[in-house]
Amino acid sequence: MLIFLLASGLSLIFGLMRVVNFTHGSFFMFGAYIGRSIFLATDSFVLAILGGLLIGFVLGAIMERIAIRPFFGNRVQLLLLTLGMMLVMNELVKIIWGPTILRFPRPDYLIGTLFLGDIMLPYYRLFIVGIGLVLLFLVYFFLNKTRLGIIIRAGVEDSDMVQAFGINIKQVFTFTFALGVSLATVGGTISGPFLGVYPEIAMDNILVAIIAVVVGGIGSFGGSVAGSLLIGLINSFGGYYIPQVAMALNVVLMALVLLIRPQGLQGLFRKGGAANEN
Amino acid sequence: MSNLLQLEDVNTYIAGFHILQGISIEVPKEGVTVLLGRNGAGKTTTTLRTILGFNPPNSGQVKFEEEVINGWQPYRIAGLGIGYVPEDRGIFGTLSVYDNLKVAARDGVREMESRLETVYELFPDLKRAVRQQAGTLSGGQQQMLALARILVSKNRLLIIDEPSSGLAPIVVDRVAEALSELKKTLPILLVEQNYNMARQIADRYYIIDEGRCVHQGQMEDLDNEPELKQRYLGVAV
Repeated sequence: MLIFLLASGLSLIFGLMRVVNFTHGSFFMFGAYIGRSIFLATDSFVLAILGGLLIGFVLGAIMERIAIRPFFGNRVQLLLLTLGMMLVMNELVKIIWGPTILRFPRPDYLIGTLFLGDIMLPYYRLFIVGIGLVLLFLVYFFLNKTRLGIIIRAGVEDSDMVQAFGINIKQVFTFTFALGVSLATVGGTISGPFLGVYPEIAMDNILVAIIAVVVGGIGSFGGSVAGSLLIGLINSFGGYYIPQVAMALNVVLMALVLLIRPQGLQGLFRKGGAANEN
Repeated sequence: MSNLLQLEDVNTYIAGFHILQGISIEVPKEGVTVLLGRNGAGKTTTTLRTILGFNPPNSGQVKFEEEVINGWQPYRIAGLGIGYVPEDRGIFGTLSVYDNLKVAARDGVREMESRLETVYELFPDLKRAVRQQAGTLSGGQQQMLALARILVSKNRLLIIDEPSSGLAPIVVDRVAEALSELKKTLPILLVEQNYNMARQIADRYYIIDEGRCVHQGQMEDLDNEPELKQRYLGVAV
């Protein structure tokens, strides 16, 4: 679910704007730090999540307007820009919060374990799955049932044509970038009590998310769900049985997908195997 | 008759190439104006993209109802009430037919809904395929959808690029019928390589050659210009 929150935003941004946003992992990390700070200040985990979501949206919108838009259309410059910003953001958190791992306490009501026979299900893991499913549904609903969501999907295919219908595509870009970043920051906030809060969390997760996006199919929301699920399973089982090569398995899977089905998993399970599902 | 759209001595460069070389065109508020030219040159399509703001002119003026719209963003130009169908139809293939119409609903979904019955009367195939993914429609149906999208909003001018391109002759006839119906209520600026179709629906013509406007006149007069047709349009005499 955490991979999905990162991958879906990354995929939306790349699909619509053709921007490989390396800062996405850094926003995930920022979400963890900001969420922790809000939680410690207010003692409310709900506020921490909402704060992570809102601050991510605002920071994403500002970054798109100030940093991304002037270089729009130049993929190499944007790649270098987001890579550089990622490094700056990773160092910035060390200055503000220090380089060591910080503890993000779980709220009392999410401490404990549910026992189903021999199966142990920690409440917090159930919470992550639950909130991930809620966000998945909300984003799915937004992209498929609202006009703005449908415009974003249309823009992924042909942004010129969207403009030809009187739609200011730059505003759509800003909104999509902000939405994608807010999914990353809220993912970071939720991951904090589970993974801990530390600067390297950015790099640890961005690579996995990029692989999930490529495996699922760039620009496809459904593909990013499928890719995240597959990568999550490989990480879990690979990490348990052969932890030394768990990451390598992800890369091998990505290479295989690129060789056999470059468009990724999107549309694979549709009737007729249409390749262009969203 | 006053003009709705006017191009005055427009020059457009793309990647350093001088594509439009001083084009002047007038589109009146009624009827169909067609831009003719030899196939594959791309000059006519560039003319449309210059009007729509995708390839802004380097010099000269584009005016819509006497207002200069040079340098405007494409979405603002579209907002003046200009509906556009590109040569490749610009269908959003992953979206349903209905969602394609929804994206095009510049005046809101309610306005779109109120116009749907009229649209379905013109293109009954679309009513049956309304939930179908647009990418799975036939070429002819996609062209119908492309035309339908510009009819779900209040437009004042339709700009249509090669509507017969890649279609079977029987489908071309249906598209021509639809355009003949549309021209009764809206002015149309058309780019068309298919001379027979252009002759069927257009009132005025401009011949574009090498990025210049080399001839213009009433469509019915072009029939009496076999040399002109052969030289610039490749139509056998």
